[in-house]
Amino acid sequence: MNPAARKRENIRTICMFAAMFAALTVVGVIQSWPLALAILNLCLISAVMSLGVNIQWGYAGLVNFGILGFAALGGVTAVLVSVAPVPAAWKAGGAGVIIALSVALTTILTAVFAARRAPAGLPRRLILACVILGGYFLARAFFFPAVEAIEAVDPTKAGFLGGLGLPILLSWIAGGLFAAVVAWVIGKIALGLRADYLAIATLGISEIIIAVLKNEDWLARGVKNVSGLPRPVPYEVDLQQALWFQDWAARLGASPVELSSLFVKLCYAGLFAIVLFVLLWLSERALHSPWGRMMRAIRDNELAASAMGKDVTRRHLQVFVLGSAVVGVAGAMLTTLDGQFTPASYQPLRFTFIIWVMAIVGGSGNNRGAVLGGFVIWFFWVEAEPIGLWVMDLLTSGLSQDSPLRRHLMESAAHMRLMIMGVILLLVLRFSPRGLIPER
Amino acid sequence: MNDSEDYLIGENMTGGYGGPDIIHECTIGARRGEITVIVGPNGSGKSTAMRAILGMLEMREGSVRLNGEDITGLKPQERVARGMSLVPQTGNVFTSMTVEENLEMGAFIREDDIADTMGQVFDLFPVLKEKRRQLAGELSGGQRQQVAVGRALMTRPKVLMLDEPTAGVSPIVMTELFERILYIAGDGIAVMMVEQNARQALAIADRGYVLVQGRNRYTDTGPALMMNTEIRRAFLGG
Amino acid sequence: MDGFLSALILLSNFVIVPSMAYGSQLAIGALAVTLIYAILRFSDFAQGDTMAFGAMATILLTWVLQYWDVSISPLPTALLALPFGVLCTIVLCLLIDRWVYRFYRRVKAKPEVLMIVSVGVMFVYNSVVRFIIGPGDRWFVDGERFIITAPAFKRLSGLDEGVAFKTTQGLTILTAVIVVAALFWFLNRSRTGKSMRAYSDNEDLALLSGIDPERVVRTTWMIAATLATIAGVLYGLDKSFKPFTYFNLLLPIFAAAIVGGLGNPLGAIAGGFTIAFSEVALTYAYRKFLAYLTPGEWAPQGLVQLLSTDYKFAVSFVILVLVLLLRPTGIFGRRSP
Repeated sequence: MNPAARKRENIRTICMFAAMFAALTVVGVIQSWPLALAILNLCLISAVMSLGVNIQWGYAGLVNFGILGFAALGGVTAVLVSVAPVPAAWKAGGAGVIIALSVALTTILTAVFAARRAPAGLPRRLILACVILGGYFLARAFFFPAVEAIEAVDPTKAGFLGGLGLPILLSWIAGGLFAAVVAWVIGKIALGLRADYLAIATLGISEIIIAVLKNEDWLARGVKNVSGLPRPVPYEVDLQQALWFQDWAARLGASPVELSSLFVKLCYAGLFAIVLFVLLWLSERALHSPWGRMMRAIRDNELAASAMGKDVTRRHLQVFVLGSAVVGVAGAMLTTLDGQFTPASYQPLRFTFIIWVMAIVGGSGNNRGAVLGGFVIWFFWVEAEPIGLWVMDLLTSGLSQDSPLRRHLMESAAHMRLMIMGVILLLVLRFSPRGLIPER
Repeated sequence: MNDSEDYLIGENMTGGYGGPDIIHECTIGARRGEITVIVGPNGSGKSTAMRAILGMLEMREGSVRLNGEDITGLKPQERVARGMSLVPQTGNVFTSMTVEENLEMGAFIREDDIADTMGQVFDLFPVLKEKRRQLAGELSGGQRQQVAVGRALMTRPKVLMLDEPTAGVSPIVMTELFERILYIAGDGIAVMMVEQNARQALAIADRGYVLVQGRNRYTDTGPALMMNTEIRRAFLGG
Repeated sequence: MDGFLSALILLSNFVIVPSMAYGSQLAIGALAVTLIYAILRFSDFAQGDTMAFGAMATILLTWVLQYWDVSISPLPTALLALPFGVLCTIVLCLLIDRWVYRFYRRVKAKPEVLMIVSVGVMFVYNSVVRFIIGPGDRWFVDGERFIITAPAFKRLSGLDEGVAFKTTQGLTILTAVIVVAALFWFLNRSRTGKSMRAYSDNEDLALLSGIDPERVVRTTWMIAATLATIAGVLYGLDKSFKPFTYFNLLLPIFAAAIVGGLGNPLGAIAGGFTIAFSEVALTYAYRKFLAYLTPGEWAPQGLVQLLSTDYKFAVSFVILVLVLLLRPTGIFGRRSP
């Protein structure tokens, strides 16, 4: 690309981000500043997730519809890292759960080994059946009593093993690593098959992950949720009582209560922005390295690349693991921001597919585009409801206040969100498939 | 040789598959009841030229006329409907369908009774009648080739185009297939065929075209081309 | 002997009949997925919501008919409204194909792109359904609820367990048999059906044979829309209608289609029943069943359940993963991955 074109593109990128921040400012002025900052924080997290999708889809053309699962893995890591351990629960059933899990793992490994090494035909099937059934019942024998014991420990507050009691910021890295490990296993199974299989398999596996998190109460309390996670930033109450903060508020002429809420949100925004910039910088480096060029070459012509001796499946595995790790980091960040882990809130429409819209709208294959997409789409996702209500109000202004049609339409305005997302996705794919900031 | 006698002719054809031109001012014609053979080294645009005549690539220049009518602007399907039929080199049968269904699909554009035509195909290739309930994908290479030609004949075409019909079949099967093709031409059909086995193909050709790098190099009757020492040395291996 | 019969009846009531009905619903849905895959060559993620749309259209007319007191009791009124639902869904699918998918066929887009496009379509269908009928649970079943009730059977037979057979279950299984028979007749005997198979087998050769691809595609959408609506209505009658559950049906339906080999209609049916039986059988608590078979003192203590019901749909994915690992082309697959 010649310097002039690059410059034009940079200006275009800057303009778009400027417009995005202007829109957030408008929300701040018209609606409220805490709302604007809340949107900004989720925009930042969305941007990280969108970056993860872009690494997989944009670099390598892999379709991962399991974003939800990886985000949830990051989320549960935040719990497991930050929450204090529950010694009583460990005493009650910790050993049992560990034994059961080791038995399960050994069973799987033995089964894989047997499937590869045992003589083919009937003997192999018999050995496999014995190993799997034996392992299953042995693991069960340890597992259920242990779980029952754990869940009986102070069920209203604990009832789970608790975490490590480490700073929650560590979980952002740990969440990424955890997601990466799981992605490696999934990739081993589903990569190298046709593209649709990966999409469907990841969608299914992510649903299984959510099902496990919802039902295994001993791990993270399941649908009873874990709330009150430790924060990486100060608490509003503490700020309001701190002298320096009161002093500061007085000087700015704002009430300490309002200012503390803004201050906390800004702290989060700062942390998220740092992560986003680091990941963006790394992604850019990777994309423009020989590795990134090879990745794109494989994406554009898999056949030719594999004919040239590139190990396509191995490369795909790398990129799949990396992208999933980034999503895992974002998942941990999201749980940190929420201060609680609620498995039931992980819905494929809300997570996976919206993140995909972000990556596509922003510009497949362009990291900065993916980030912009994260911002724009999250903004519309949040603002679609007020806009929808406003449009409905306008459309039905001719009807009387208590007309059933009007009431139905007003109530349904919330569903306009998905419509708007769908239409945006279809329009972008059709008329501007390269997105807001096209790939270089 | 008078071009106006040709039933089908592609004249001064220049074009390719969207990228650089593959054929340049190429002219190829076929007459009813005769066999036209296109030969040439690998990558000389033989198949491309034939596909151009069927409208399967972007032609920048030149025209195609069928029975005196200009068909340059027609889509392949429309040309099929006008009596042109192609047997592609690969993927030329519906492997998951029976032999009979393959023939039936060949006659898809016809609204009338196809039983007679199917009978004629079975007469031409008796083995297909035996195996008509078998899946085409389960047949041997030579039998598949027969299904492919049979399928193409089901439209009762006036022009039959064959893209390397003998690729990958044994010499015995090849001889038999050429015999059948002679028979088909004897029925008044214009046969046009691209062949790798130039020597055997030219032996049955009424007319032969030698293409080199997408251009006409020699055009003559089959036997005349085979007598040409230059061609023998360059293309027929001595 | 009585114990054995009672155990068998129990198994039939809670495992065999429900999974036959559920399997039929999955099989019809999987047939639609597999047909779209065979002809249009992509996995249609909007399938679940197409089913929801078809069911919704049918429900709306059912309500109107119920309001007018039109009834075909003992059969549910929804059957009368079904053709209308089918028609609406066909129109919708054809319009979406014309406005959305056709463009990507012309530019020969990769299947991945079409798959993502179908996600966009899914969003639109999803919101249309919720917009019109709302996200809540809707009941629309009427007519006779049972073909035979458990108490009636107990009275007749004098056994401890009674066979209960719901009308909707019987209807589902019967409809599935008719639909599958009709579809296979169409694909194997009719000219249009054969041209669809030819197009799926070898697109280029189909073109050379004068088969009009747009017509094949239109026919495919019409059949897929019909299948989706029937599956959606049957599922809604059997359970209840809630848009979100239809989105969730997407997962077992895909699993069924893949397990049987994407693009293979026979496989889709086998896959549907495999998934349904495994889901139901693995999450059924066998305590009562075993209690009938064993002498009193040996009766099991726990529920004797292999998997908790919460993992019901996870079963389909475990099977899916196993099939992907062991036989990527599906148990009936012939296409290479």
